[in-house]
Amino acid sequence: MNKIFVGLGFGLLLGALDGATAAFYPETRNLLTGIMVGSSIKGMLVGLLSGWFAHKVQSTKWGIVVGASLGLLFAFLVAVMEASNGKQHYLEIMLPGFVVGAIIGFLTQRMGAPRLATRAAEPRA
Amino acid sequence: MDLSDSVLDHLRHVAALPDLSSTRYELESEIGRGGLGIVYAAHDRTLDRRVALKVMDAALAGEAQIIARLEHPAIVPIYETGTLPDGRAFYAMKLVSGARLDGYLAGSPSLAERLRVVRRIGEALAFAHTRGALHRDLKPQNVMVGEFGEVYVMDWGVEAVAGTPGFRAPDAPLDERSDIYALGALLDFVLPAAASPALRAIARKAMRADPGQRYPDAPALLADIERFQEGLAVEAWAEPLWHRLRRFVARNAVLLWLLAAYAGIRLLLFFLRGR
Repeated sequence: MNKIFVGLGFGLLLGALDGATAAFYPETRNLLTGIMVGSSIKGMLVGLLSGWFAHKVQSTKWGIVVGASLGLLFAFLVAVMEASNGKQHYLEIMLPGFVVGAIIGFLTQRMGAPRLATRAAEPRA
Repeated sequence: MDLSDSVLDHLRHVAALPDLSSTRYELESEIGRGGLGIVYAAHDRTLDRRVALKVMDAALAGEAQIIARLEHPAIVPIYETGTLPDGRAFYAMKLVSGARLDGYLAGSPSLAERLRVVRRIGEALAFAHTRGALHRDLKPQNVMVGEFGEVYVMDWGVEAVAGTPGFRAPDAPLDERSDIYALGALLDFVLPAAASPALRAIARKAMRADPGQRYPDAPALLADIERFQEGLAVEAWAEPLWHRLRRFVARNAVLLWLLAAYAGIRLLLFFLRGR
């Protein structure tokens, strides 16, 4: 499995799990489905881009940095959207998003076929 | 006229020096001697380079043919073989600058470096075995580590060797698994005192008295060393649970730290929520 699919898979899973933690807060419990869907999409975007980066660059350190940065960026965008609806949850959204992004970045570096193996598996024209 | 012992010794030494006048080599100095021959440093006049010359009884000249068939980065290349006027055989080979394995270890190399040397030796053995050649006398004195870290295994395939205690397998006759025994003994020799029990177990498995219980070949032993270096379980050792957990944590330290950071952040946010 190539690293982009690894990123998509773990992004979906970890994003959903991160969104599911909204169940611990009474004020967000009735919005759980929407939060989980949004968090999953956010996770998949981070996973897709992290996986693409991991496909190009094999470096665990930079994979974590890129994943964390993407997680922070997308979490910020979600937090800004929430703020425009009158809900200020920057810390609650961005901090976990940052760490989830780092985890996705790490996993895309460690798992999935590296670039050389992917090319070797492709049939010649 | 009586001659002193020192004069007699000198005369014997001079008489034993090889007559290289019919060759392209000039003798420089004696490097070492064993039961089967004497190794000299010499100068190749034709190619203007230094070589090592091993001089031995003609009956043992077959060793050169064995080595000449083995073209491998860890096996000293043979340049030429021949016979001296006095009937002794010689072969010229690459002169390796460096230290014997025991001398190399005195420099306290890291564990990774020690295992790298053992792996190079194992690769040479594996290659030789595929060519039908045995070493029969693998020991630290027959391994050289060059000044740039290159590894050479010397003194191949001599049947007359009685072997070296501690490195010679109890098997008779000797076969590939005897070399595996010696490789395990070498691994045990290079390991530091505080080596991992997994590495000691690999060495012990290679050195089992029953050849059938050792690694079947050198690649199997090397694969276990590689598994150890990658933080995986090794075949030779049934590790206890606590050690398996410790290895899991070491191998996944970064991931576990990230998960702990996530859990910590979530807990912190949960408790801060009420304020």
